[in-house]
Amino acid sequence: MGNSSSMLTQYDIEEVQEHCSNTFSQQEIVSLYQRFCQLDRNGCGFISAEEFMTVPEFAVNPLSQRLFRMVDGLNFKEFVLFLSAFSSRASLQQKVEFIFKVYDSDGNGKVTFNEMLDILRDLTGQFISEQQREKVLTQVLEEAGYTKDSLLVQADFMKLLSYSSETILDVVNTVPVLDILILGNSVLKMEVEVPVD
Amino acid sequence: MSKLNTSSSELDLDRPNIEDYLPSGSIQEPHGTLRLRDLLDISPTLTEAAGAIVDDSFTRCFKSNPPEPWNWNIYLFPLWCLGVVVRYGLLFPLRVLVLTIGWIIFLSCYFPVHFLLKGHDKLRKKLERGLVELICSFFVASWTGVVKYHGPRPSIRPKQIFVANHTSMIDFVVLEQMTAFAVIMQKHPGWVGLLQSTILESLGCIWFNRSESKDREIVARKLREHVHGADNNPLLVFPEGTCVNNHYTVMFKKGAFELGCTVCPIAIKYNKIFVDAFWNSRKQSFTTHLLQLMTSWAVVCDVWYLEPQNLKPGETPIEFAERVRDIISVRAGLKKVPWDGYLKYSRPSPKHRERKQQSFAESVLRRLEEIN
Repeated sequence: MGNSSSMLTQYDIEEVQEHCSNTFSQQEIVSLYQRFCQLDRNGCGFISAEEFMTVPEFAVNPLSQRLFRMVDGLNFKEFVLFLSAFSSRASLQQKVEFIFKVYDSDGNGKVTFNEMLDILRDLTGQFISEQQREKVLTQVLEEAGYTKDSLLVQADFMKLLSYSSETILDVVNTVPVLDILILGNSVLKMEVEVPVD
Repeated sequence: MSKLNTSSSELDLDRPNIEDYLPSGSIQEPHGTLRLRDLLDISPTLTEAAGAIVDDSFTRCFKSNPPEPWNWNIYLFPLWCLGVVVRYGLLFPLRVLVLTIGWIIFLSCYFPVHFLLKGHDKLRKKLERGLVELICSFFVASWTGVVKYHGPRPSIRPKQIFVANHTSMIDFVVLEQMTAFAVIMQKHPGWVGLLQSTILESLGCIWFNRSESKDREIVARKLREHVHGADNNPLLVFPEGTCVNNHYTVMFKKGAFELGCTVCPIAIKYNKIFVDAFWNSRKQSFTTHLLQLMTSWAVVCDVWYLEPQNLKPGETPIEFAERVRDIISVRAGLKKVPWDGYLKYSRPSPKHRERKQQSFAESVLRRLEEIN
C-alpha cells in the first residue's frame, strides 16, 4: 500500500480488514481511507498533530491530547485498528481494552492512582481543586474495595465497566423501579458510525 | 463544603449554544451515588473524539465535491473529448477575447473619468459605478454566466448593509454586475491586490487583515462611518469571513449586525451541473480558479434579494446574525453548521473545552454531595 497512491486495491482492503479482525466492513474501510487522505493533507502517510487539530470538534475534546499520543504517526492500517474499538461489531472486551490503554499511559499493564488522577484532571480541568480530585478518587476507590495504592489491571476494568454485573439491591436503592429493566441491559456505549456513501 | 472554582477566562454568554448542535454522547443524565465505575467510564468523551476523527461537520464545509465523470463508456467518451476541444479550443479563446475587449473599453474610459473629472465628484462617482458594473458584466460574460436575479434590486439608501453567503470571489463580481457595491474584503497579493487598491478603492471598499487582532476595531469603525454616509455606495459584507462550498453555511460574524442599520440578506446558489464555483483557496490560486471557470461550459446561479431585516427588540446582534443566516440558508438550500469560519486558520478557543470540563466537574461534585 504505497503512501503516495490514493487508490486502495482489493488486496489492501482485505489486509486491513484482517488486521482489525473484521470489525469494519469493506465499504467502511474505503470510507475511512477517504477520510484518512482528507486529513493527511501533505500526503506523508500519517496524520500529524497539526492536521488533527484542524478538526475543531476533536480539538475541543478534553482527552484529545491523550488520544493524539496514541494515534500519532500511525499509518492507515494502524489507524483503522485504533478505531476498531468504536465499531458496532467490536466486543465489550475490545472496548474495555481501549479504555484501559487510554488510562495506562506508561503501558505497563497496570493503572495507578496517579494515572487515574491524570485522566480526571483532563476531564475536569480547573473546575475542581487538586485536593478535591484526590479526595473524590480515594473515596470511590475505597468504596469499590480498592485502596489508594492499588494497581488496577485490565480484568478489574472489565469487572467494573460491564454493567451487567449490577446487583439488584444497588439498582433498587438508586433508581425508580421502571428503570431497572433498562439498567439491567445497559452496556458500555462506545460506538461511532462510519459514513458510507 | 464543595466549592467550584470559577473560570478565569471570559465567558461569551451571547454565543449560541454549540452543545445543541454537537451530537451528544450519553443522553442519560447520571444520577445516584458516585461510583468508581462512573469515573472510569470515559466512553462518552472518547466516543465524541472518535466521532470527530471519523467525520466532522467543519471539514465537510470546505470539501470540494468533484462532479461525477459521465464519460465512462465507448460513445460518451468521444463526445466528452469533443466537448473538451470545444471548451478549450473555441470557447476559451472567445472568452479571452471578450474579456480583453472589456478591459480595453473599461481602462480607456476609467482613467479619463478618474483624472479629468476630479472636480465633479458626483458625476465622476456615477460614471465610475457604471464602468465597474460594465467590467463585471464582461467578466460574467467571459464565463458564460447565466445569473437569475430574484427580488427587488438594491437601492442606494443610507443606513443599510447587504449580507450574502460566500462561495468564491466571483460572488462579488456576480452581485457587482447588477449594483455597484462597496465591499469589505481581505487584501490579496498579486494582480488581485492591484485591482483592489486602484479600481475598487474608488468605490469606497474597505480592507481588512485577518491576522491582525486590533484590525477588528478599526474595521468596525470604518464600517460604521461608511454606512451612515448618505453618498456612499451600498455596502456588501460576507459575514462568513471565508469561502464555503455552497452546501453549508458557517457562523456569521456579528460585525455587520451591530451597526444599528437595516440588514438586507442576499442568497446565492450555484448550479453545480455546469461547474463547481467553490473556490478552495487552500487548493488553488484565484488565477487557476478563474481559468477553470473560463474553460467550463457555464456558470449558472440564482441570486435572491431577500426582505430587509431589522434588529428585533430584545435580540442580541449574535441572535440577529443567526436569524439572518437562517433566512439565507433556507432560501438557498444550505445546511447550517455551528462553526466559526476562521477555524480554518486558527484553533478553537479553550472556552469550549472548559465548558465541557465544567459540566463534568459539576456533575461529579453534585453526586458527591448526595453521598455526604
